[in-house]
Amino acid sequence: MSTFYENREIVTPGDLLAEGNFNAGPNTYKVGSRIYACKLGLVEYKGRLVSIVALNTFYIPSVGDLVIGKIVEMDIHGWTVDINSPYLATLRAQDALNRPYKPQKDDLSEILDIGDLIQAKVIAFDRTRDPLLTIKEPGLGKITHGQIVKVSPAKIPRIIGRKGSMISMLKKETRCNITVGQNGLIHIYGRNPEDERIAVLAIKKIELEAHTSGLTDRIAEMIRKERSGGR
Amino acid sequence: MTSATLSRIRQNQIAHLIANGKRLDGRGLLDYRPINIEMGLIEKAEGSARVSLGKTEVMAGIKIEIGEPYPDRPNEGVLTTNAEFVPIASPEFEAGPPTEDSVELARVVDRGIRESKAIDLEKLCIIPGKKVFIVFIDIYVLNHDGNLIDASALAALAALKNTKIFKYEVKDGEVVIQPGFEELPLVNYPVAVTVADIGGKLVVDPWLEEEEVMNARLTISFDKDGKICAMQKGGSGALSPEKIIEAVKIAKDKSEELRRLVVKNA
Amino acid sequence: MSNVRLVDENGIRTDGRRLDELRPIRLEVGVLSNADGSAYIEQGKNKIIAAVYGPREVHPRHLALPDRALLRCRYHMAPFSVQERKSPAPTRREVELSKVIREALEPAIFLERFPRTSIDLFIEVLQADGGTRAAGVTVASLALADAGIPMRDLVVACAAGKADGYIILDLNDIEDKEGEADVPVAYMPSLNYVSLLQMDGQLTPKEFEQAFNLALEGCRKIYELQKQSLKAKYLAIKEAVEEAES
Repeated sequence: MSTFYENREIVTPGDLLAEGNFNAGPNTYKVGSRIYACKLGLVEYKGRLVSIVALNTFYIPSVGDLVIGKIVEMDIHGWTVDINSPYLATLRAQDALNRPYKPQKDDLSEILDIGDLIQAKVIAFDRTRDPLLTIKEPGLGKITHGQIVKVSPAKIPRIIGRKGSMISMLKKETRCNITVGQNGLIHIYGRNPEDERIAVLAIKKIELEAHTSGLTDRIAEMIRKERSGGR
Repeated sequence: MTSATLSRIRQNQIAHLIANGKRLDGRGLLDYRPINIEMGLIEKAEGSARVSLGKTEVMAGIKIEIGEPYPDRPNEGVLTTNAEFVPIASPEFEAGPPTEDSVELARVVDRGIRESKAIDLEKLCIIPGKKVFIVFIDIYVLNHDGNLIDASALAALAALKNTKIFKYEVKDGEVVIQPGFEELPLVNYPVAVTVADIGGKLVVDPWLEEEEVMNARLTISFDKDGKICAMQKGGSGALSPEKIIEAVKIAKDKSEELRRLVVKNA
Repeated sequence: MSNVRLVDENGIRTDGRRLDELRPIRLEVGVLSNADGSAYIEQGKNKIIAAVYGPREVHPRHLALPDRALLRCRYHMAPFSVQERKSPAPTRREVELSKVIREALEPAIFLERFPRTSIDLFIEVLQADGGTRAAGVTVASLALADAGIPMRDLVVACAAGKADGYIILDLNDIEDKEGEADVPVAYMPSLNYVSLLQMDGQLTPKEFEQAFNLALEGCRKIYELQKQSLKAKYLAIKEAVEEAES
């Protein structure tokens, strides 16, 4: 049984990560007893599990994910939503209304129109059909104020942090309401534009330095500097 | 069933047989299907041939015209190869501009003829820098049952073998056609052999269904002295270097077999 | 044999290289902000940019494959890329190269993971000096990896051939035009698989084997450069951060 890299070393597609009785985790694949990398990222060895934290990726929906999307099309059945994924998502009228949908009476564009942003949850997705969304749960629905920041979906785990440590620090230090979509879109709603600006700056810096250590403290430090020294 | 996709049962059947050294039509892994060559069947063309390779049917027609040479090769005739995958040949072929498959086939066949210097292009020069013979090789696929490249290369060679150029005289800088014909100066006999990798086994002359299950194919063109003059890997798979060397060895032997069908004493 | 002397009596080629020497190569990843993945290569005088859009919805819809992503590839040369202006319309050569380059990359990508989508790859040759299809494959792999598309291995390519009787590596334009043979090869070094192989010219089977093996050696060297260029951006950030900390 052998491993060929240090933990959190940067590897590229095709790199042989381990040989022997190992299991292929995310972004790796197994041929016989060998585990190879399929993406550019940081290799992680956890016991017998070999996986890679990808440095850049696109969003593939998972049931239960919170996502932020934009309405791009609509018909009498519902809306088509761009969720920053290779697949366009569908939001059916019955998953948006808290009462029965009456096509002759209800004008869907009054509920959500093309160009509107929404916070939604993925309720279905598999290989044969496009992802299905709902906005019926509390906290979901049309976004009416604040800002949206787009990052690579690969960085979302880092922005949330271990047990939410990074996101809690961000909310506290910037005094903003921050909702993180698994699809790489983040909604920031602060008490004033300056707080929102600092939050965006912090998130962008996390995205750039996600693969380094000591990040949480460095970001907290940066936010404090921005507030005081920024004059 | 008319759809192009092979059923899973059929795919497994083919793969299973080949793993055991056999093919659906009873051939050995290194055998060609029965080949029939007919030459000179289109009198209006300067040269022609029809090749049937199993159920694959391909025709090649040669037309000779007089035209201008390329500016960087003023003393040479011009050779140009084109292929048409006409709709009658397969439910998958549509009328329209050349597909990437027909462009690839034409260029691979052309490469074999051009790089082996089969036609002495300098002999096709009439007035240097002004007038040369242009040899049009047109490949016409009549029925697609697999391995169009080998059939087309063979048809092109056979067509060139019976090509006649009209005699001419140059009077006052003008070309005047004379009665009588001369044979096209053909000095080499390139032949293409396609080997497919199916489940790790090398198979010569894949037919249509074998082409659908194959991992990749390698086409190698040999000239009469056993020199390689063209090579083309095709398909979405990949081959190990060892398999490639093995395929080249297999193809060399088969190329001699094929050449003998066109050139009796080559 | 050509009229031009391609290799002198000391085994030195027209551009000063030895028989088995690669042209200088420069690789850069992530050069375009709109594409999902992009990369740039300079190899000798070749200047080629590759961009990937995808996986994304297939347009037109009826081309979508039910069980895998559709890989589409366009190899295209800019009109100003060669000595004599090239018309923008696709030539038969570009059609053939688009196909062989696509088939060089297909076996490396986990297409089955993204059914009903397309991965659109564009290779633009800004300046050409021989061996553009090989350089195109090399830079396209980086663009795919930059886009985060899962791959079995990076695909790297290099050509070898014959000039003035010598087997040489990485042919430039004049060696390609006037030499005796050209053998471009695309390779997945970690898995030991060849995904592109062409040859034109005249070689005995033995000479072919020599050229083929030389091309594979060239591929292995360029592979190391590919890996370095992918990691470069992130390693630079890491270093900057560590320096600031200390």
